[in-house]
Amino acid sequence: MIVVAFFFYLFAGLCVASAFMVIAAKNPVHSVLYLILAFVNAAGLFVMLGAEFLAMILIVVYVGAVAVLFLFVVMMLDVDFAELKQGALQYLPIGMLIGGIFLAELLLVVGAWVIGPGVPQAITAPISAKVPNIEAIGLVLYTRYAYFFEAAGMILLVAMVGAIVLTLQHRVRVRRQNIPEQNARTPATAMEIVKVRTGQGLGSNT
Amino acid sequence: MTIGLGHYLSVAAILFTLGIFGIFLNRKNVIIILMSIELILLAVNINLVAFSSYLGDIVGQIYALLVLTVAAAEAAIGLAILVVYYRNSGSIAVEDINLMKG
Repeated sequence: MIVVAFFFYLFAGLCVASAFMVIAAKNPVHSVLYLILAFVNAAGLFVMLGAEFLAMILIVVYVGAVAVLFLFVVMMLDVDFAELKQGALQYLPIGMLIGGIFLAELLLVVGAWVIGPGVPQAITAPISAKVPNIEAIGLVLYTRYAYFFEAAGMILLVAMVGAIVLTLQHRVRVRRQNIPEQNARTPATAMEIVKVRTGQGLGSNT
Repeated sequence: MTIGLGHYLSVAAILFTLGIFGIFLNRKNVIIILMSIELILLAVNINLVAFSSYLGDIVGQIYALLVLTVAAAEAAIGLAILVVYYRNSGSIAVEDINLMKG
């Protein structure tokens, strides 16, 4: 039990600390790296909760895709981040106030909730100890929530197409491959046969 | 020393607050704001998974999966809009984004 508590506080503490560093770091690249650390520690928390599949998805999707996307964008944009950081302290009091009120409210809720009497009867897909986590998710996701699954796929497709459409550039000077033009080339248009005289080279031939 | 549901909910609440705080603290930098939104969605996911685990219902993890999907799509679209905006204006300062103001 003490090991469980140790790992919980390890993951939770690192997660919260790196989340704080995400918003406090001066360099956005450091922010992205701390975001990766926060997600990895959240994945640790998920493993402790018994949601192994979601933990792996969190690492694959966030650390593998989203965080790298952030990293690319941060490095692609040539922005003076120090100048963007200017005047951040003037928002500190109002942010502290709203954040503090919010945290107090949330912690009050955490301290005072009870599970309603009807909730245990309303459980639709109980977690069985015999079925592995991935199998349990698959058994529910592909049957009862199949439409949600397909809707998620559509959302990802729309996001992919949208991102490509938004960032695609048709530049004028870029030379693109024109396959019909390449296929239509004949030896007559592609080659020129030059007779080179001995000892004179190409210079006098033209 | 047992770790209960309240511990996980507290972690999620702190993460959520840090996300909101980050939006206020970095009001000029869109990239950090997008990362703060990711933190908020991560807090929501922790809540969903914690309830799913302690109530013994797998549906919470399904919802967490859907939230993850939407978060990934949102990050991709948001960053694409950011790149297009930077290409057009040469800056990513949020305070200058008022072209649609009448």
